[in-house]
Amino acid sequence: MDILAQVLNGLGIGSIYALVALGYSMVYGIVQLINFAHGDIIMVGAYVTYVGLVMAGVPLWAAVLISILFCGIAGVLIEKLAYSRLLKKGAPRISLLITAIGVSIFLQNLSQLLFSSSAKSMPAMFPNGMLELGALQVSSNTLLNIGTSIVMMIALQLLVNKTKIGKAMRATSEDAGAAKLMGISTSSTIAFTFGVGSALAAVGAVLYCNTFHQITPYMGGMLGLKAFVAAVLGGIGSIPGAMLGGYILGVAESLTTAAGGSQITDAIVFGILILVLLVKPAGLFGKNTREKV
Amino acid sequence: MKTKKWIPNVIILVLVLALYVVLSVLISANIINPYYSGILTMVCINVILAVSLNLATGFLGQLVLGHAGFMSVGAYAASLFTMYSGLPQIISFPIALLVGGLVAVVFGVIIGVPALRLKGDYLAILTLGFGEIIRVLILAVPFTGGAAGLSGIPLLTTFTYVFILAILTVGIIFAFIHSRHGRAVIAIREDEIAAEAAGINTTYYKLLAFVMAAFFAGVAGGLYAHHIGVLDPGKFNFNYSVEILIMVVLGGMGSITGSVIAAVVLTLLPEALRGFSEYRMLIYSIILICVMLFKPSGLLGQYEFSIARIFKRLTHKKADAEKEA
Repeated sequence: MDILAQVLNGLGIGSIYALVALGYSMVYGIVQLINFAHGDIIMVGAYVTYVGLVMAGVPLWAAVLISILFCGIAGVLIEKLAYSRLLKKGAPRISLLITAIGVSIFLQNLSQLLFSSSAKSMPAMFPNGMLELGALQVSSNTLLNIGTSIVMMIALQLLVNKTKIGKAMRATSEDAGAAKLMGISTSSTIAFTFGVGSALAAVGAVLYCNTFHQITPYMGGMLGLKAFVAAVLGGIGSIPGAMLGGYILGVAESLTTAAGGSQITDAIVFGILILVLLVKPAGLFGKNTREKV
Repeated sequence: MKTKKWIPNVIILVLVLALYVVLSVLISANIINPYYSGILTMVCINVILAVSLNLATGFLGQLVLGHAGFMSVGAYAASLFTMYSGLPQIISFPIALLVGGLVAVVFGVIIGVPALRLKGDYLAILTLGFGEIIRVLILAVPFTGGAAGLSGIPLLTTFTYVFILAILTVGIIFAFIHSRHGRAVIAIREDEIAAEAAGINTTYYKLLAFVMAAFFAGVAGGLYAHHIGVLDPGKFNFNYSVEILIMVVLGGMGSITGSVIAAVVLTLLPEALRGFSEYRMLIYSIILICVMLFKPSGLLGQYEFSIARIFKRLTHKKADAEKEA
C-alpha cells in the first residue's frame, strides 16, 4: 500500500511535468525547436499568479486566468520577437537553440531583478484534504493535478485533431512549405502553437505553486529540463506520449525519493534520458522517421 | 615562394615568445600585481575553454551546454590526484592535468555515444543535464568534500603553465581543424547527410571533436583548481557554461581568433564594470539574442587572423613593385 501511495504521489507531480511536456512537444512538433525558454514561462506564470494573488489580492480564479492569458501572450510575443525572424530565414537549428537559451537567461535574470533571487512563498490555493480510498490515503491536491492534466490533454487532442486551427497545425508540422501553398498562414499558426503551449505552462505553474508553495526565478530550469525528458521519453511531438512520459518521470522520482535517494533524483531523470536515447530514440509513442535528401 | 612557407610560422613563434617574455617580466617586476596576474591566468583558462568549445559548437555545429561540467570533472580529478598521489609536485602537476583531461574524456564518451549517434539536438539536452548531474554527484560522493567544497589544493598553476597550455590548445585545435580530420568535422557541420554520403564516418568524427573539446575543458579545470585552491561545486553551474558559450558565439562560431578575442575581452570586462554585475547576465542574454538575430555567425564569423596571409600580401606587393621597377 505504501508503494501505491508513492505511485499516486508521483502521478501528482508527474501531471505537472506532463503539462509542461505538452508545450515542449507541441512546439517541437511544429518547428523542431527545443524551446529552452519554455521552463521559464512556467516561472513567469508562477510569478504572475503570485503578483495577482498575494500582491494585488485578486480572487483565485482571476489570478489563474490572468496568469494563463499573460503566459499565452508572452509566448506569442517571444515567438514574434525572437524566433520568427530566424524561422523565416530558415536559420540553422543551432542559432535557434542559442536564441532560446538567450530568452531563457533573459527571463530568469529579469525576474531576479524584479523580485530578487530569494524564494517567495505561495499561500495554499485550493483546499487540501486527505481522501480515503479503501486503505489508501490520497491528498485532494494530487487528484486535482491528475484530473487537470487529463482534462487538458483531452482538450488539446480535440483542438489538434478536430478543429480548423488544429488541422493547420498538423499541416504546418508535416510540411511548412506545402501548407503555405495551401493558403495556411504558417507564421500565425506557429505563433498560436507557442501561445497554447505557454498557456498550458501557466496551468502547470498554478499546479506547481499549489503543490510546492515556493517559487524562485530559477525554478523553471530544472522543471523545464525534466519536462523535456518526459517529452522525449513519450516520443516528442505526440500528445499522449508527453503525458505518459510525465507520469513515468513523476513516479520514478517519487519512488527514488521513497527509497532514500532524494539526492540523486535529478541524476535518475537524466539516466532515463540516456537510456531512452540508447534503446528507443523515437520515444514510446514516437514515429520513426526517415530523413530524405 | 614555397621555400618561404616557414617564415610566417617563425614570426608567430617570435610574437608568442615576445608576448610571454613581456608579460612574465612585467609580472616578476611586480608591475602587474598578483591581482592582475590572477586575472591574466583566468584569461588564459577562458581562452582554453572558449577555443575548445568552439571546436564542438563552431566547427562541429553541436550545441554543448555542459562545458563547465567537463571543467568541474577535470578540476576535481586533477586536484584529487595532486593531493593524494604522493608524487613530488613538479611531476604530479602535469600528470594531474592529463588525468583531469582524460577523466573528462571518459565522461564525454559516456554522454557523446548515445547523443551523437542521433541527429538533432539531443547533445544539448544531455550535456545540460550532465552539468547538473555532476553537481549532484559531487555533493553525494564522499571524497569530493561535498557542499563545503574541496580545499587545500596546492597552488601550482603559474603564469608559465597557463600561457603555454593556452597556446598549445589554440595550436592543436588550429592544426586539427586544418587537417583532413578537421575538414571532415567541418563537412559534417555543413551537411551531415552529404558528408555521410561522401564516406565520412559521421559518428566517429562527431565523437572525436566532442571528446577533444571535453579533454581541453578538463585540462582547463585542472588549471583552474590549482589556481584558486578551493573547489566549490556550485561554481561550475549552467551559467558558467553559458558564459563560455557566449564567448564562442560572440567571437564567431568557427573562428578561433574570435574565440580568443572574446575570451580575453569578456574576462577583462566584468573586472572593469564591477558596478554592473547585477545586470551582467541580463545584458549577456540580450547580446546573445541580438547577435543571433542580426549576425548569426558571430562578430568575426569564420574569419581567422593569419600572419601567413599578411606576409603573402606584403611579399606580393614587394614582388609587384620589383616587377614594375
